[in-house]
Amino acid sequence: MINTVLFVVLLTGSTGLVNSGSVSNYYTRVLILCGINMILALSLNIATGYLGQLPLGHAGFMALGAYTSAIFMRGVTVSPDAVFPLGILIGGMTAAFVGFLIGIPALRLKGDYLAIITLGFGEIIRVVLLNIDSVLGFKLTYGAASLKNIPKTTNFFNTFLCVAVTCFVIHTIMKSRHGRAILSIRDNEIAAEACGINTTYYKTFGFTLSAFFAGVAGALYAGYLGVISPAAFGFMKSIEILVTVVLGGMGSMIGSIISATVLTALPELLRAFSQYRMIAYSLLLIVVMIFKPTGLMGSYDFSLSTLLSKLGGKPKPKPLPEKEDEPHE
Amino acid sequence: MSLFSTIVSQFMNGLQTGSVYALVALGYSMVYGIILLLNFAHGDIIMVGAYTAWLFMVNFGQSPIIAVIAAIAACTVLGVVIEKVAYTPLRKAPRLSLLITAIGISFLLENLAQIIFGAGAKPVPAIVNVPAILLGSVSLSGTAIVTIVVSVVSMILLNLLIKKSKMGKAMRAVSEDTGAAQLMGISLNKTITFTFAVGSALAGIGSVLYCAAYPQASPTMGAMLGLKAFVAAVLGGIGSIPGAMIGGFAIGLAEAAASAFGLSVWKDAVVFGILIIVLVVKPTGLLGRNLQEKV
Repeated sequence: MINTVLFVVLLTGSTGLVNSGSVSNYYTRVLILCGINMILALSLNIATGYLGQLPLGHAGFMALGAYTSAIFMRGVTVSPDAVFPLGILIGGMTAAFVGFLIGIPALRLKGDYLAIITLGFGEIIRVVLLNIDSVLGFKLTYGAASLKNIPKTTNFFNTFLCVAVTCFVIHTIMKSRHGRAILSIRDNEIAAEACGINTTYYKTFGFTLSAFFAGVAGALYAGYLGVISPAAFGFMKSIEILVTVVLGGMGSMIGSIISATVLTALPELLRAFSQYRMIAYSLLLIVVMIFKPTGLMGSYDFSLSTLLSKLGGKPKPKPLPEKEDEPHE
Repeated sequence: MSLFSTIVSQFMNGLQTGSVYALVALGYSMVYGIILLLNFAHGDIIMVGAYTAWLFMVNFGQSPIIAVIAAIAACTVLGVVIEKVAYTPLRKAPRLSLLITAIGISFLLENLAQIIFGAGAKPVPAIVNVPAILLGSVSLSGTAIVTIVVSVVSMILLNLLIKKSKMGKAMRAVSEDTGAAQLMGISLNKTITFTFAVGSALAGIGSVLYCAAYPQASPTMGAMLGLKAFVAAVLGGIGSIPGAMIGGFAIGLAEAAASAFGLSVWKDAVVFGILIIVLVVKPTGLLGRNLQEKV
């Protein structure tokens, strides 16, 4: 509850700052990108951190969300206030539906095989988006020439509203009995099954949820850039999302948020050394894995309510989402 | 060109790429069989091999034979170094961390190559100079024949190594039961290092053969090649040596068939589609061992 109040205060405050122009346009765009990457990391965190599976085709779901919402937003002429939430919902639903279809056969497999089959599906989604026009003769995705003129509906406020909704939904589900069922599958699938948990149902549920939010992030991304092409959603993008989740700590929402912020903002700050930044990135990954295999935050989750009760009611408002801090500096 | 000669030349193309895939897939399969790691860096070892060959032939002006030997040696050393530096400290860690480290290594190699050699592709001079053979109306390219012969010979040698030599026996023992193998006095570290060395050497041979077919080296050439070879290894049943060979040839032929039907842009989708069908029908691949998990 107190988290929500604080978030609303922070969001309105920072939106005010952004709109009044005290934060430059460039920083705003970087922040929006941070927000999109946060949703991506949070969504993969459901499948990797909570469900304990390793999907390597997450960018495919993002691509689906981006393309469906872009096609939708280009196609209809309603007021921009209505087109944005609808576009995001449609993007998310399509990704969730395909995730559900893929999940049914894929989740029968375990561990590495699941990783491989999702990788296969991700690549197929990309190839289909690239070539579907030339086969069916539609003018839908425009293939490699990229889909242009998407209405730029994504702004600072609605991005972080989506981040908040994502956090809230994931948090609520994970604290419910469905969430505990999902966690039990991660910890020991055989034991969970023996306790009467329908593992197939919960695995598909977690996977679909994960795909849904990836689709939402994709939709935001389409509205943010205005131009999308299939090449942006390749295998490397999936790996990038996975790296974000793992660095933050699998199963930690605050970890995902922090590492998404750092990994998005750091390359921007290091523009001068852009040649070496990918090297630093991969070295960081290897070093973290060797010295702290659980990721930076482990499975620790941050909650202001717990912090407050720990401090004995002494309110020491440490900002919940770290991302909000950056523009002030 | 008659229909028959088209079919034969496409078949040869398929076998040629297939044998490269098979060689690379063997490396994936051997490593997976022994430490259950999907070695994502394997594809980038090929890239290093290709650059080594290019460096020796163009910059140092050496003969192709020396370049080939250098490429294979570089790959072998690199494979062992990666294993020692990145994978050994993580042997007790969760499998996922190991996998992510492998992905990190793969990133690192690609970006290092990009900084050292630049992002553009480097043309590799012809490595194999064998004239095409004419069989009636059908012309068989010399490179294709050399590729197929070399890879078949290396596969036979590998099979002998695994079946007959003492080290091969140790490898089989470790992949069957690591704990029991250690109790029998087999050095785990030595065996794993040896496996990486052999797998990377095969990748080195694969890289030279790949350069013979597509004469250029670029920083990201290993990514897609590695992915396809990996699919081949899974298709045949990961951890199984004959499976990797069958998988490699099957993927190569499927790609050639897709191109022959005018679907060359859908080549990747065809490959991954086959993978998905096989995994859904028979999750351990064509020749994979079926491991029952005991509680």
